[in-house]
Amino acid sequence: MELILALGIGVLTGSGVWLLLRPRTFQVIIGLSLLSYAVNLFIFSTGGLRTGAAPVLQQGTAGDLSTYADPVPQALVLTAIVIGFATTALFLVLLLAARGLTGTDHVDGREKDR
Amino acid sequence: MPDALLLLTAVGLPFVGAIAAGLLPTHARNAAAWMAGGVALVGLALLWAAYSTVAAGGVLRHEIDWMPSVGLNFILRMDGFAWLFAGLISGVGALVILYARYYMSAEDPVPRFFAFLLAFMGSMMGVVLSGNLIQIAFFWELTSLFSFLLIGYWHHLAAARDGARMALTITATGGLCLFAGMLVLGHIVGSYNLDVVLASGDRIRAHPLYLPALILILLGALTKSAQFPFHFWLPHAMAAPTPVSAYLHSATLVKVGIFLMARLWPVMAGTEAWFWIVSSAGIATLLLGAYAAIFQHDLKGLLAYSTISHLGLITLLLGLNSRLAMVAAIFHIINHATFKASLFMAAGIIDHETGTRDIRRLSGLNRFMPFTARLALVAAAAMAGVPLLNGFISKEMFFAEALSAEGPLPPLIDILPVAATVASAFSVAYSLRFIHGAFFGPDPVDLPRKPHEPPSWMRFPVEILVLACIIVGLLPAATVGPYLDMAAHAALGTATPEYSLAVWHGFNRPLLMSLLALTAGVVLYLLLQEYLAKGVEGAPLIRRLDSQRLFERALVFLSWRLARTAEGLLGTRRLQPQLRLVVCVAVLAAGWAALLRWPGPGNLIPAGIDPVLALIWAIGAGCALGAAWQAKFHRLAALILLGGTGLVTCITFVWFSAPDLALTQLLVEVVTTVLLLLGLRWLPKRLDLPGTRAAEVLTRTRRLRDLGIAVAAGAGMAALAFAVMTRVPPELLAEHFLERAYTEGGGTNVVNVILVDFRGFDTLGEITVLGAVALTAYALLRRFRPAPDSVDVPEQQRAQSAYDIAQPERRDGDTVADWLLIPSLIARLLFPIICLVAMFLLLRGHDQPGGGFAAGLTASIAMILQYMLGGTQWVEARLRVLPLRWMGIGLLLAAGTGLGAWAFGRPFLTSYFAYADLPVLGKLPMASALIFDVGVFALVVGATMLTLIALARQSLRGHRASAPRPADPPALPPPVSAPTPPPTPTPAQTTMGDD
Repeated sequence: MELILALGIGVLTGSGVWLLLRPRTFQVIIGLSLLSYAVNLFIFSTGGLRTGAAPVLQQGTAGDLSTYADPVPQALVLTAIVIGFATTALFLVLLLAARGLTGTDHVDGREKDR
Repeated sequence: MPDALLLLTAVGLPFVGAIAAGLLPTHARNAAAWMAGGVALVGLALLWAAYSTVAAGGVLRHEIDWMPSVGLNFILRMDGFAWLFAGLISGVGALVILYARYYMSAEDPVPRFFAFLLAFMGSMMGVVLSGNLIQIAFFWELTSLFSFLLIGYWHHLAAARDGARMALTITATGGLCLFAGMLVLGHIVGSYNLDVVLASGDRIRAHPLYLPALILILLGALTKSAQFPFHFWLPHAMAAPTPVSAYLHSATLVKVGIFLMARLWPVMAGTEAWFWIVSSAGIATLLLGAYAAIFQHDLKGLLAYSTISHLGLITLLLGLNSRLAMVAAIFHIINHATFKASLFMAAGIIDHETGTRDIRRLSGLNRFMPFTARLALVAAAAMAGVPLLNGFISKEMFFAEALSAEGPLPPLIDILPVAATVASAFSVAYSLRFIHGAFFGPDPVDLPRKPHEPPSWMRFPVEILVLACIIVGLLPAATVGPYLDMAAHAALGTATPEYSLAVWHGFNRPLLMSLLALTAGVVLYLLLQEYLAKGVEGAPLIRRLDSQRLFERALVFLSWRLARTAEGLLGTRRLQPQLRLVVCVAVLAAGWAALLRWPGPGNLIPAGIDPVLALIWAIGAGCALGAAWQAKFHRLAALILLGGTGLVTCITFVWFSAPDLALTQLLVEVVTTVLLLLGLRWLPKRLDLPGTRAAEVLTRTRRLRDLGIAVAAGAGMAALAFAVMTRVPPELLAEHFLERAYTEGGGTNVVNVILVDFRGFDTLGEITVLGAVALTAYALLRRFRPAPDSVDVPEQQRAQSAYDIAQPERRDGDTVADWLLIPSLIARLLFPIICLVAMFLLLRGHDQPGGGFAAGLTASIAMILQYMLGGTQWVEARLRVLPLRWMGIGLLLAAGTGLGAWAFGRPFLTSYFAYADLPVLGKLPMASALIFDVGVFALVVGATMLTLIALARQSLRGHRASAPRPADPPALPPPVSAPTPPPTPTPAQTTMGDD
């Protein structure tokens, strides 16, 4: 299980980094999204992988780690997902504005001299 | 009156007055003047109240704990020396305020002027009354700042702006040096308390860090007091309104450097270094200033150089390491303030009543303003050191000191009397030039205004100051004697030397020097008549010694050339290398850390591989790789593949017990996809230029390198993740939250309770960020100009349009109108249902997966679905979303819930919960955190909608910008673009907002 997820995180990171280094803004935005999946999964995995132990308590009881998964990484990742959405939106708008201003979708704001 | 109140009022009242004056309406000239004058008079009254204590040798003190842990306290102290300076600040301040009331024009925003002036007065009070080194440096910088604002008051004039900027650059840089020097001094002494510092002179002078501290502090003092070679900012500061010059450049700002040197004199003076630096700066300034003053054609310029020269005189006295010279210095501080302030005011009156300050144009004003002429005559005579006036007495003391000085530098000591006489002769010459040039000679011709006497209240401050010059000059011991005694006593410490304040000391060498200087000055002026009449700018011989040009050059070099060179060497404007560097450093740093301390294999045996999950992740990894592969030329495909990876992530969250995450991820996935789809329309078409062979090779190499980096990063991340997951996770906070989620937070969904309750403050910050991001996106899109090739109607719409026109039974736009008719009908029917789901998610969030974030995203999806399928115009005719209002309400609700806790005496964001038993519905949780969550919900809806709608609207804007052109022949459609509304121009709103 751990191996699958670790490999998955690795592939997402690799694809993300590759796209991050590409010259087109759209590639970078996709790369950032892939990278944020990887990071979110990684943070989430630090709490340990548990199945069937969602941190939703029984009414009127206190929980403990033997029955429930660690809620802290989950709370962190929840926040990260929403902020990730916001940064994607901001980056997209910047990308469009830069394309309008410079006439190119190259990340440097101008085409490379060929 | 208690010391504390007195001192705090003396420093604080001007600042309060400044704020009050700043709030007055722009033309409330009289109200502002009354207020400022009142503040200055209160200051004087406070000093009068303090006099009895201070005169008896006492010190008023007040100490407030500031940072007691590091031994820093806010200390105010007033001894005799500070009292004298505070008196100058308040007294001259009151006179300047009265003068300024008549000087300033009704068109100027006068309340702002008085606000700056009062704030400056407060900063000056702060410097002289501070009992703590750091505090002195702080108020010191405040005086630089407010003098900048005052000098630049007429900011529509380029000269004012340049002068202000130069003054700030020089004095604030000096202030930074001073701050550093104060830190070193505090380090030497081990305390920043001024009393402690003043008591440890021997320790300071013997310390190895004495010289650095001295140089740094003197850099501050000498720049502020316009000493050579930093003197050049002062003449440029004359672009300020004249009351400012009269105040800043006679009594206050430039004297504050002198004040500091005198204040630290007992502990820092007495060494050879002090003598060298201070007296040589002083003597150079004294001579250069006096010499340059003779050749100025601007009345204020003349006074400015004369001020520089007199400051040099005082500095020289301080540098002589003699107690008696110190007394003379303090005496001259008072005298210079009186005659120079009155002369500045007289110059201002001339400027005000004639319209010019140019000596070459002025003449014979004596017949038009006889009273002012006589006042100026007396003040100028005091400046020249004519007997029976105050300037004479302090000058005599200076001569006596020059004759009896001792020091480590015999040549300097030898030329001192000569230099003193020469400088004095120069001062006679420029004083004569001031009076003779402006008031005598033939009637003036061609003046901008017809000269006449000023209003009597405008002259009143000059009268008071000139009266002081005469009385002190006649009866020095009876008038200024006790104050001087008190100040000198306080400044020197215990021992005050014997000195005599008298007009007549018999026929001695100083008197001889005075007579010599007077004669020489008159002769010099007569000899220079012809040269001066030519009206050449600048002083001969030293014209090339232009520190201002050096300053400008240095500024250009530092702020432009050096910066550009550094940027060229170290920076790049290209994003790719930057990102590559960031990624490489991250990979290398992580790899290095891993090599250094590899923790070994984990202590947890990995669980067996579930084939279903393995299959899911095979798909996920394939999607990610595919997205990476296709993102350049097949954007839509990449987007779909990205969505696939997102779904796999989502399933992983469900698999490993994180329903909240899965829910949020799914919803975010939807919204992000819509967002990116909306963006696709504005991106350029495939650009596949054939490159040269060499370029091909280069590109291939670059790709290989990037592939290497990517593989390294991916492998590293996989290894790291595996290492982390095969360890027993630390418990840390988990137990804490699991135990208290229900018992203290009142909710069973622990993740949600953490977000809205335990870590509510973080969430508040997060939604604020979300709002800020949405506003930024909105603002950017308001100014959005699409690239020319994206402005047209999308190709497939053009094809549809062409089809419509070609068919006889169809009209243009029919196809677009029918676009996705059935899905849009379904979406309309779904709208209330999705909204209901959103409400359900919101309300149950505290106990079950859901919550404000998820509900907000769901509600946004309900709306965005309508936009997508119905078209922007169709939706906005029926449903008006006001995203800004949603966001505002959301933030207010969330912050208000937090503040509500204060009403119950609890800390910010403390939550309250109870279960209400309602009929029919049963037992419902009623936590205050729910209101907070509603705030989160509203903000998420607002922020998401603001961004999405702003983006969706761009297509409308684009079409309006250019009328649709005749359709091109149908071509292959590009990868789908966002569904856009029909291209018919309509009077839809151009901006989006609540109003």
